[in-house]
Amino acid sequence: MGNVITLMEESVLSTHKAEMDTLLTSKGDSQRTQYPYVTGTSVIGIKYKDGILMAADMGGSYGSTIRYKSVERIKQVGKHSLIGASGEISDFQEILKYLDELILHDNMWDDGNSLGPKEVHNYLTRVMYNRRNKFDPLWNSLVIGGVKNGHKYLGSVSMIGVNFEDDHIATGFGNHLARPILREEWREDLSFEEGVKILEKCMRNLLYRDRSAVNKIQIAKITEEGLTVSQPYSLKTFWNFAAFQNPTVGAEGSW
Amino acid sequence: MTKEHANWSPYDNNGGTCVAIAGADYCVIAADTRMSTGYSILTRDYSKICKLADKSFMASSGFQADVKALQKVLSSRHLIYQHQHNKQMSCPAMAQLLSNTLYYKRFFPYYAFNVLGGLDSEGKGCVFTYDAVGSYERVGYSAQGSGATLITPFLDNQLKSPSPLLLPAKDAVTPLSEAEAVDLVKTCFASATERDIYTGDSVEIIILNANGVRRESEQLRKD
Repeated sequence: MGNVITLMEESVLSTHKAEMDTLLTSKGDSQRTQYPYVTGTSVIGIKYKDGILMAADMGGSYGSTIRYKSVERIKQVGKHSLIGASGEISDFQEILKYLDELILHDNMWDDGNSLGPKEVHNYLTRVMYNRRNKFDPLWNSLVIGGVKNGHKYLGSVSMIGVNFEDDHIATGFGNHLARPILREEWREDLSFEEGVKILEKCMRNLLYRDRSAVNKIQIAKITEEGLTVSQPYSLKTFWNFAAFQNPTVGAEGSW
Repeated sequence: MTKEHANWSPYDNNGGTCVAIAGADYCVIAADTRMSTGYSILTRDYSKICKLADKSFMASSGFQADVKALQKVLSSRHLIYQHQHNKQMSCPAMAQLLSNTLYYKRFFPYYAFNVLGGLDSEGKGCVFTYDAVGSYERVGYSAQGSGATLITPFLDNQLKSPSPLLLPAKDAVTPLSEAEAVDLVKTCFASATERDIYTGDSVEIIILNANGVRRESEQLRKD
């Protein structure tokens, strides 16, 4: 008799214990962003004579797999701005939803005024910083560029809210591989063709050295007149180095 | 069950150095303009100095997003003060407000290392120095940020400040002229730039005195 009661008590206790465990462990917490899943790599932006040029490839990586190859990572925001994003693609899509609402409300005022790149940058900085304060960041590095009333603007925001503006911006690997090229070669009065050439030089560099880069890029241009996003295209690469032709010629037996 | 560890940090150190020196009738506030993350330079042209009131300038280094938020909070509090009292906040009043604002986030701090410089109600230079959670003190001069450890001993030597333990308390403001103090600040930054990787590019110097505000800029090594 005593044994049966003990067994029943034990099973009741063990279910209670399981409940307590779920409440006390982190699985019981509401979920917060811990790591990104589908990510985009670098975005590069530069000011040039007539406005802003921005370049990004169209890759969406799932860890070390290049899962998506047609992701548009540069989008228009209102009449005057462009946004480019690296990092978690789904968070970028959510940011685009927020921006959609922002621009909608701006248009609904119907007062002839429209939000420029500086305002959009400020808005996004506040959004990113506030998410960081709640320990649930939007896992992106954003580049915002545009022209309004003749003033060119190019700025960046990171996932923890660090923001600044400059004549040339890059995210992720671009900071290490593209920025140095831009520091050497950027000038205030670059023409459109010169700007594209410099961006292509940076993107080619990234293609060689960033393993999450894909050879399908888009370059977006925004000026006072408006915005154009190029059709996706590939960069020419060169692999015909002598050392690559017969790599084992100096060391038989190696691969 | 082991608790999961976050693989991101809400903080980053964007580097930089800030200095302020108080004189008999002037105050010099200076900061370099480099913004970094890790071993990369993000931009060479970023101002760390913010005008909080007519006679209060704050220079802050540390985590840039927190610094920006802190500047915003203080600026808007000053605006409200102006609406309510129809006058500018004095520098000692702003000093107290900054301290309270920092301590308010004692358990999720603003990662900001601040130096507040300005003129007090008698027109004398005043400098207040802070830690990240609001502990503060009025001093004759101060340095904060990544190059502070390199600059502070040099200022200690050059400005020969009286001991704060003396009774009656001796004035800590420097007897140097305004031009001499500005030159001293330039020397500080040139030296710090040599050895601190996070300091360089250029230094922005604000000089406050009875005639108003003046701004100077000096190029520093970019490596």
